[in-house]
Amino acid sequence: MFKRIAFTVNGKAYNFEVDVRESLLDVLRSHLGFTGAKQGCGVGECGACSVLIDGVPYDTCIYLAVWADGKDIKTIEGVAEKNGELSDVQKAFVEEGAVQCGFCTPGLVLTTTALKESGKDYTREELKRELSGHLCRCTGYQSILKAAEKSLEGHVCTCVDSPHYKGK
Amino acid sequence: MAYTVVGKSVTRVDAVAKVTGKAKYTDDFSERDMLVGKILHSPYAHAIVKSIDVSKAKALPGVEAVLTYKDLPEIRYATAMPGVIEAIATDEVDVAELKYGTAGHPFSLDESHRDKEDRYILTQKARFVGDNIAAVVATDALIASKALKLIEVEYEVLEALTSTDAALKEGAPLIHDDCEGNILASNGYAIGNIEEALKESDHVIEGEYETSIVQHCHMENQVSHAYVDSDRRIVIMTSTQIPHIVRRIVAQSLGISWGRVRVIKPYVGGGFGNKQDVCIEPLNVAMSLAVGGRPVKLELSREEAMIDTRTRHAFKFKIKTGINNDGKINGIHITAVSNTGAYASHGHSIASSGGGKFRYLYPTKALKFEPITVYTNLPVAGAMRGYGTPQIFFAFESHMEDIAKKLKMDPIEIRKKNLVEVGHVDLLSKNKIMSCSIRECIDKGRELIKWDAKKALYKDQSGDKRRGVGMACFSYASGTYPVALELAGARIVMNQDGSVQLQLGATEIGQGSDTVFAQMVAEVLGIPMYMVHVISTQDTDITPFDTGSYASRQTYVSGMAVEKAALEVKEKVLAFANRMTDIPAHLLDIKDQFVVFKDSGEQVIALEVVAMQSYYDRVNAQPITSDVSNNARINAIPYGVTFAEVEVDIKTGKIKILEIFNVHDSGKIVNPLLAEGQVHGGVSMGIGYALSEQLLFDEKTGKPLNNNLLDYKLPTIMDTPDIGAAFVEKEDPTGPFGVKSLGEPPIVSPAPAIRNAVYDATDVAFNRIPMNPQRVFEKFKETGLI
Repeated sequence: MFKRIAFTVNGKAYNFEVDVRESLLDVLRSHLGFTGAKQGCGVGECGACSVLIDGVPYDTCIYLAVWADGKDIKTIEGVAEKNGELSDVQKAFVEEGAVQCGFCTPGLVLTTTALKESGKDYTREELKRELSGHLCRCTGYQSILKAAEKSLEGHVCTCVDSPHYKGK
Repeated sequence: MAYTVVGKSVTRVDAVAKVTGKAKYTDDFSERDMLVGKILHSPYAHAIVKSIDVSKAKALPGVEAVLTYKDLPEIRYATAMPGVIEAIATDEVDVAELKYGTAGHPFSLDESHRDKEDRYILTQKARFVGDNIAAVVATDALIASKALKLIEVEYEVLEALTSTDAALKEGAPLIHDDCEGNILASNGYAIGNIEEALKESDHVIEGEYETSIVQHCHMENQVSHAYVDSDRRIVIMTSTQIPHIVRRIVAQSLGISWGRVRVIKPYVGGGFGNKQDVCIEPLNVAMSLAVGGRPVKLELSREEAMIDTRTRHAFKFKIKTGINNDGKINGIHITAVSNTGAYASHGHSIASSGGGKFRYLYPTKALKFEPITVYTNLPVAGAMRGYGTPQIFFAFESHMEDIAKKLKMDPIEIRKKNLVEVGHVDLLSKNKIMSCSIRECIDKGRELIKWDAKKALYKDQSGDKRRGVGMACFSYASGTYPVALELAGARIVMNQDGSVQLQLGATEIGQGSDTVFAQMVAEVLGIPMYMVHVISTQDTDITPFDTGSYASRQTYVSGMAVEKAALEVKEKVLAFANRMTDIPAHLLDIKDQFVVFKDSGEQVIALEVVAMQSYYDRVNAQPITSDVSNNARINAIPYGVTFAEVEVDIKTGKIKILEIFNVHDSGKIVNPLLAEGQVHGGVSMGIGYALSEQLLFDEKTGKPLNNNLLDYKLPTIMDTPDIGAAFVEKEDPTGPFGVKSLGEPPIVSPAPAIRNAVYDATDVAFNRIPMNPQRVFEKFKETGLI
């Protein structure tokens, strides 16, 4: 069974028929060529397939394509500026050495982007919780956390019991 | 030595590609009308296929081929496109009878040194739950999955040997008919006379230690696609650490000429040893051949990948150590039983390799290592980061702690008394220790964790939460010499503007090797990083021969080839400059893209001008290139130590790591930021090994219980503490730029250090990992702590 849906990906409008059984990940990767979203588990455990749907990170491997009707989707391909300049989050991931094999990277960059765009403040523990849907086997998460904190500069709690406490 | 680029935390050459989603991995490439392959796995751990009926599966619309062990010979006819596979097409080889080994080792001309060949592409005898019985090729994944369900198989179920004890029992059924007693290998060693050494000792201390089966869990599962090209050659794109070895093993598995296979390796989403093996490629090729060479993709699901690729060997150790009152060890006797699962893979070499690397830490008068590696009806164990060392060092560094406790000695002092010295020559490998900073590493770690203060603070504790500190050391190697060939290749082409392309047989799998190789080239050629273009994709038709990413060999072994290739280019540039300027080449150097006078630094001619001339000079034109191979017949031994501080919740059995530091002696560090990343990842994996990770199986049936990322407890960011990484940098005289290996070492010592910290906190010695809350709780009950 097919259903016609309309949505935007990285600002560009799409309108076509999808098999109702297909995941959004399948549609993005196989039909539209957005291969930056990766499949690591296929069942919502690892976070490698994350994209932002109306600004919120979702595991697209367990998100049916038909649910994306009317949504605004951002994939890793849409994070950098059109002229190729990296976003602050991408720059932070590059500079902090948060990238190794790179398979979990797109998902983490997108979730961090959503946190940054939320404008909210986070403690380190809250930040870890927000990122905990992404598994990474290469980095031990050290540089990823650093990159996320750098991305959110000004929005990471610096109260006394925080590792970011600057003292007097 | 002072370097310009080497030793600097330059940005990874692939970082931008990876943060923008432009880096392409195997599954990001596709061929038009690519078919999908799926595998029918055995539901039984040990069974014989009595009958198999594929007619219903074949009849399903969209199914292009169904393969079983019986059908494999028919591939010959299916592929009898003229000359596709000559050997097969002429009936010289019966594929169904072709056994092959899967381990990613260099081929050995010495037959006695070859990998064990015990595997068929599809089997009539299932040896573990997940074994490959049949395969389907269909137009899409859904149809392929449906077709699998239509294959009717009748099994004769045999006794499942799910432990080494069961497999070793007298009269146990044989897992492989030609392997008596289910013992794959028993290659240990002996130095000196262990019986005498133990007899002469003031104390003989014994201990038993056990590690569990864990899995690599690289984020990208095994995936490949294969087809026959218009030149009638087999092309495979695959996520592998070892493209040149895949080429050989695929050819061997099908009985065809090696040159007819072409393997392409794009970016790889992690490997950790699991992709130093040939798990899916032969079947993928068989699938393509069964449909006339059309492209077929074979991608494992996470659940499949966790049982039908490779795991880490579980070991059981018994150790007897003879030691004198002064803390000096006289002799060590280690026996080990290694569980290799259903097929050999790397099994025959892992125990001996672990035992071999162990020798470089505490040389003693007498050392006897007696491992046996046993087949069982569990998933196949193979290479995983550390290759036998996490197991043996967990055992021995736990044992060392037990000795210190028994003799009431300081755990650091007792280790220092027995540590190796520079100049030591290993009696068996003949490798000589040319640099060793393990003592400095220990001192640094001791300071970082504030060992002495904490030791004193945590001396007498009671209550529900107790803290402790522990440490553990390790030794490793840089590559496999002298056990195996250490050949590496590099090729450099200089462009008209003085920039270069660097081509390597060595594979980037996330560890950062492309970047450190580029740094080496930039250093030698006096050009900035952006002028070194690394061709990250390996293609066995194009890239130089190198056996690949394993044994922590690339920065050291492949680095030698890279340095050699860069030096050759430099020599050619200076010779060309000499022709242009008449200044003797030996007075010249290259710096900041200029040919300069070596001593004064005065600029002579721009590199770009020389490069242009090399392309277009009407008389002397000869573009500057190099294409080298290096056979490293040497090894450098890296060292390191973990210091850990834990808090144990006595009532819940939960162990929390408060602080953890790894301090490494890996010689010169080429890129500190990347090196720290290696340490962080290795320590994190070590923490999982110590506290949470274990693949579980039903004891009776051998069925996996937690082969997914929800139930298998891989550390998340919430579970991972701050990890400290530090280095003691002393250049090793044998390594390019003074390097020693670093890739695998970080995982070796965290588990015993954490175990020793828990021992310090609770006075309870855990001799089995993981120390998950359930086990810790049970042990506390058993020991009367609760």
